[in-house]
Amino acid sequence: MNSNASHVNSVAMKNPGFFTRWFHRMASPVWFYQISGKLLPWLWVLFAVLLVTGLYGGLVTAPADYQQGDSFRIIYVHVPAAWMSMFVYMVMAVSGAIALIWRMKLAEMVMVSCAPIGAGFTFIALVTGSLWGKPMWGAWWVWDARLTAELILLFLYLGVIGLYSAIEDKRMASRAVAILALVGIVNIPIIHYSVEWWNTLHQGATVTKFDKPSIHIDMLIPLLLMAGAFKVFFAISLLLRTRNELLERELPRQWVKQLVEEKDG
Amino acid sequence: MAEFFHMGGYALYVWTSFGIAAVVLLLNIVLPLQQHREVLRRAADFHELEGRTKQ
Repeated sequence: MNSNASHVNSVAMKNPGFFTRWFHRMASPVWFYQISGKLLPWLWVLFAVLLVTGLYGGLVTAPADYQQGDSFRIIYVHVPAAWMSMFVYMVMAVSGAIALIWRMKLAEMVMVSCAPIGAGFTFIALVTGSLWGKPMWGAWWVWDARLTAELILLFLYLGVIGLYSAIEDKRMASRAVAILALVGIVNIPIIHYSVEWWNTLHQGATVTKFDKPSIHIDMLIPLLLMAGAFKVFFAISLLLRTRNELLERELPRQWVKQLVEEKDG
Repeated sequence: MAEFFHMGGYALYVWTSFGIAAVVLLLNIVLPLQQHREVLRRAADFHELEGRTKQ
């Protein structure tokens, strides 16, 4: 009975399912380093195409807004940055959950690499929002729900960065950061629904709602192109940072030695 | 062309927005690349030193 069970077990170990194999390969540092290196040039090309077409469409071909004139063009950096500020947070929190549950080192590295990029997007969203608010609302800043929640998001990112650098042991630091990131997730729906839940100066959603987007197609297409460009940019920056984090942690290992020898030779 | 840069009178707000976004995005590429060179250099130092102490 016992020997039978152990036999079954050993068979299962020798023939792990496709998902298990994929999961373990994903976690392999060398594999990640190589595949991300091959992926990066393609991501750069895609980013360049999306950025150039998006900027041309947004700044040149899109007509001026009937109410806001040309000031509405700030939308092409403001909205993609704001969307990404939330998207990056979700990637960070999900990576944190994976890191906590499966103790996957690569997930820890992805999580901590997200924080500075997310902070950057949040900063862009806040500053461009301010630059848009001044001519349209007559104020650089108002303490309304949407703006305040987005400011809290920036502090969450900065908290993650600060906490990670404050703890010497990087595995322990990762666990602490993962918990912080998961707790902070409550802020994300608050940001998104703030314009519906509270009376606010910030305009409501024009694209991310179940109804037809209330924006002209010539204005919408460049917005989606810019959103795509920002997303690809995030992938590029995330890969660069995660690769650095990986090298940092694996520095004494044999594969890193081979890597620097190849570079020298 | 001048009209394009004028942005219907909102030039200051529009171009500052795009400029700040460009600077932040650029930093998010330049800093990791610098860090990459630095960590590779440290790795090279480490393994060279280790190779010498073994001999």
